[in-house]
Amino acid sequence: MTVRESSLPGQLGQADPRAQGGGVAVPAAPPAARKGRGLGWSGRLEVAILVGPALLVFLAFVIYPVVMAAYYGFFSWQGFGAPTDFVGFRNYLTIIQDPTFLEALGHNATIVVLSLVLQGPIAILVALLLNRKLRGQSLIRVLIFVPYVISEVVVGTGWSLMLQGNGAVNGLLEKVGLGTLTQDWLANPDIAMWTLMAIITWKYIGFAVILFLAGLQGIPEELSEAAAIDGASYWQIQRRITLPLLGPTLRIWAFLSIIGSLQLFDLVYIIWGQYIASTAGTSTMATYLVANGRNSGNYGYGNAVAVVLFVISLVVALVYQRYVLNRDTAGAITGGKK
Amino acid sequence: MTAAPALRPAPSARRPRRTAGPTTNPVPYVVAVVLIGLMLAPVAYIILGGFRTNAQITTDPSGLPAPWNVGNYLDVLTGGIFWNEVLNSLIAALATTVGAVVLGLMASYVLARYTFRGRGALYAIFASGLMFPLTVAITPLYIVIKNLGLMNSLAGVIIPQIAFALPTTIIILVPFLRAIPDEIQEAAFIDGCSRLGFFWRMVVRLSMPGVITVGILAFIASWNSYLLPLFILNDSATFTLPLGVQAFSSQYSVDTAKVLAFTSLSMIPALVFFSLFERRIVGGLTGAVKG
Repeated sequence: MTVRESSLPGQLGQADPRAQGGGVAVPAAPPAARKGRGLGWSGRLEVAILVGPALLVFLAFVIYPVVMAAYYGFFSWQGFGAPTDFVGFRNYLTIIQDPTFLEALGHNATIVVLSLVLQGPIAILVALLLNRKLRGQSLIRVLIFVPYVISEVVVGTGWSLMLQGNGAVNGLLEKVGLGTLTQDWLANPDIAMWTLMAIITWKYIGFAVILFLAGLQGIPEELSEAAAIDGASYWQIQRRITLPLLGPTLRIWAFLSIIGSLQLFDLVYIIWGQYIASTAGTSTMATYLVANGRNSGNYGYGNAVAVVLFVISLVVALVYQRYVLNRDTAGAITGGKK
Repeated sequence: MTAAPALRPAPSARRPRRTAGPTTNPVPYVVAVVLIGLMLAPVAYIILGGFRTNAQITTDPSGLPAPWNVGNYLDVLTGGIFWNEVLNSLIAALATTVGAVVLGLMASYVLARYTFRGRGALYAIFASGLMFPLTVAITPLYIVIKNLGLMNSLAGVIIPQIAFALPTTIIILVPFLRAIPDEIQEAAFIDGCSRLGFFWRMVVRLSMPGVITVGILAFIASWNSYLLPLFILNDSATFTLPLGVQAFSSQYSVDTAKVLAFTSLSMIPALVFFSLFERRIVGGLTGAVKG
């Protein structure tokens, strides 16, 4: 696939759909060669009509709320009327001194690391094994992908029923003679985090496998053939050729996984509920936000938590992009501010 | 996972490779079967559990239905609550999809094919939306919706969902629209077509693959969305399926079999939708990392 110069920076990969046998043999003409450099009045009107609605909706329901979150975060406010009780950085001080928040932050960090460590190697191994011509190939891919499509609520409801003290998991363990392994999977604070990780792995690993399989498809076969002729073993080829070339895919997957882990909410909230989550040791910043914000009527405080969550995600994203992603795709996350 | 900046339409024509037939090595098949078993077992548990009675579930939590019992499913299907929630979910998902595609296509067209000052900045504004997850904006968003009087209405869920779907939509569609050859546009202009006419007659059709991909992404995101409806919809008549599943499972917490039946029924529309568009969805995701 060709990578084409673009006047708009910041798109991942810059794939050019034109280059895929669309029948246009001309090598990508520079897009700047468009008619009408400066738009006349009618042109400006067209731009306004076409962009206006999208921009309005976007500004009103994405940008404005985000900006207001930063504003409300400086108030002690119960959500009625305009916020008047300005408290400066007091909310933020409370947040960083609240052991419950720090615990939640720690859980998020654990989830980030464990997601990468658990899903990454398993998904790579599975993708390597499946990256060959198989009978029923497309069916295999679809079935692996099923948990990813099912909503978090269904996943959460189903798993919490299975993991109850008298649920199917313990029942199955007793049936196969492993009765000593039965646990209170959800409430035991020593285990709950691992239970959560098992569910997360189950739900999201299909995404990783599919992504890696796509990445593997893009690696020219000639390389491994040449290595095989030179006497390299199968695993040597994977280790020395395939994995390094899969690098860009791995780095993008890791990025998506990290951001998803930092903002994890649905699964925890549904399975553990807002109160049990912290005693079971699975609370996250997002469940803390909802529990201490809206659910306890402290809107100002909840917004401050949102800002903290956002800043942490942003810093992680920028650092990751600066030091890890930059060799693959410059500016994809910041929208082109190279 | 909410962030989806890496999505990209899949290439339709792939270089043909591997002329040999399917491998005879059994290892990949064994791995595939084990993995699929692990992936599907919980889903099977939910579906099969709905066919059991509570007594069966209590005495043997991990057994098969014996005898099979369709009462739970019939109860849910004839109850009305379920269908009402399916309808709400459907309305929300369809409206979100249409809104995101229409607004996104119009904006992408301008960003891709008009030259004007501030175009780069405009693109950057939309792209920055990827950095703002719904979680961060949820409280002020709730207040905005409340002030607009849209609480407990599907519109209160749909409009923000369109707004949050726009960044992905635009980022996927812009390269698509830019790839439409200039020659086609020039030919259309020579034939007397205006820019807007060109948009309606040519662009919409030529960008169909991209439109379908972003449409599916918007639909699934809306169908599964939980946090926003949780804040906006408090009246059970307006519940979408995710809220309904949760409400049902706490209301009938002692009736496990019925909860399982309700849960598996609510899963079916997503699975059907997925199997219909499987190639597009997997293709759209896998196209992400190519190129």
